[in-house]
Amino acid sequence: MNRLFGFFYDNRAFFTFLILELMCAWLIVQNNHYQSASYFNSSNKLAANIIGFSNGVREYFSLRVINRELADENAILRTKLEQRNQSLYSLEVREIKDPAIVNRYEYVSAKVVNNTTSLFKNYITINRGKDAGIEPGMAAISSSGVVGKVKSVSKHYSVLISLLNIDEQVSSVMKRTQNFGTIQWDGDDPRYANLKYIPRHVKPLPGDTIVTSGYNAVFPAGVLVGIIRKVNLKEEAPFYDISVELAQDFTRLAFVEIIKSNLKVEKDSLELKTIGEPK
Amino acid sequence: MTRSGIWLVFSFFLYLLAQVMLLKNLVLFNTAFCFLYVAFILFLPIEINILALMILGFLTGFVVDIFYNSLGVHASALLLISYLRNHWLNVITPQGGYDANTTPTMEANGTQWFLMYTIPLILLHHIILFIVEAGGFHHFGYTSLKILFSVLFTMTVLVILQLLTTERRRI
Repeated sequence: MNRLFGFFYDNRAFFTFLILELMCAWLIVQNNHYQSASYFNSSNKLAANIIGFSNGVREYFSLRVINRELADENAILRTKLEQRNQSLYSLEVREIKDPAIVNRYEYVSAKVVNNTTSLFKNYITINRGKDAGIEPGMAAISSSGVVGKVKSVSKHYSVLISLLNIDEQVSSVMKRTQNFGTIQWDGDDPRYANLKYIPRHVKPLPGDTIVTSGYNAVFPAGVLVGIIRKVNLKEEAPFYDISVELAQDFTRLAFVEIIKSNLKVEKDSLELKTIGEPK
Repeated sequence: MTRSGIWLVFSFFLYLLAQVMLLKNLVLFNTAFCFLYVAFILFLPIEINILALMILGFLTGFVVDIFYNSLGVHASALLLISYLRNHWLNVITPQGGYDANTTPTMEANGTQWFLMYTIPLILLHHIILFIVEAGGFHHFGYTSLKILFSVLFTMTVLVILQLLTTERRRI
C-alpha cells in the first residue's frame, strides 16, 4: 500500500496533469451541448463588462455605418407598413383575428457586444438577458438576415450560437422552387455557407434566394438567409454542393433582434406527443 | 508577498487583458491568430514548482476560454504546455546550465536558444488548440493553415516584445 502511495506521490505531476486534462475534456463535452446554462462564458457579468468596454471603444469606428444601416432599415420598415396599410384599405383581406396567431412572434432588440467570425465555433454575446425575457433556444435575426440561436442567458447578457458555427444548422427553403435544405457553415469563409440536402432533380441556379423554412418554429418562415452563388453537382452525389452568400455580413454585426416564439412550446409539445423525442 | 509574487500576479492580469481585449479582435486574414497568453506560462521562473505551473496554466486557459466561449479548449492546450515546459527546459539546457532565479528569456539565453525553446511549445499549443476547437480532423487543410500562420503571428509578436523589453533594460 505504501509503495502504491509512493508511486502516486512520485508521479504527482503527471497525475495532476491527467486529472486537470480530464476535467478540460469534461468541460469541452459539456459546452458542446446545444443549449446550456453555463456560468463560465462571456454572458458572465464580469466578462461581459470587460468585453463591453472593449466593444465601446471599437464601436466609435463603425458608428457611421451602423447609423446608415439603421436608417435604411427604418425606411424599409416604413415602406412595408405603408404598403400593408394601403392593402388593408383597398382590398378585402381576411385578417387573422386570433391574437395568439397575430402575436406569434415578439421581437427584442439587442446590441452585439462580442462577436467572432474566424473560429470554427463562433459565438455572439449580446447585452440583453433573462430580464428582457430571453431564453435559450430563441432565434436571433438582424435587419439583413438570420444570425443565430440563443445558447445561454445570464441576467443581463446572452450568448448566441452564430450561424458561423460548424455545429449550427438552420432549416431553409429555396424561395423559387420551394425545396427544403439545411444551411450549415463549413468553417472557412465567413461570407459563405453551404446549403445541403437539395436533391438531384431540383434545378438550383446562382441568384436564387434562400429563406428560413419555419419548420423548426425557432425562426419565423421567410427570413432571408442568403443568395446562391455557386452550384455544383458531383457525378454520383445524391445532393448538390451549393454555396450561399450570407445576407448578413457577420464581420460588421452591430444590432440583432431576438425573436420570442410564443407558440413554440405548444408546437413542440404536440410534436413530442405524436412523433416522440427529437434526435 | 515577495516582489516576484507581485510581478507574477500583475503579469497574469496584463497578459489576460491584452489577450481578451486587444488580441482577440486582431485576427489577420481570418487565419492568423495571436495567442500571446502562452507567453505568461513560458516566461515564468525556471525553478517554479511544476504543480503551481500546471495550476496557473489551467487557470489562464480557463479565463481565456470564458471570453472565447470555448470552455475547456484553451485550458487543455495550455495545461499540456505547462506540463511539458519544464521537461523541455531540461532537454535544451544550454552549456553551463541556467543561472539561478532567472526566467527563460531571450536576454538571458540568446536568440537561438529562445527560438528553440518557444517555437516547438507554441506550435504544439496551436496544434492542440485548433484541432480540439474544430472537434477533430475534418477541416484539416484549413486547420493546418490556421496553425501555421498563427504560430508565425504569435512568434513575431513574442520576439518583438522580447526585443523591446531587452532594449529598455540596457538603457
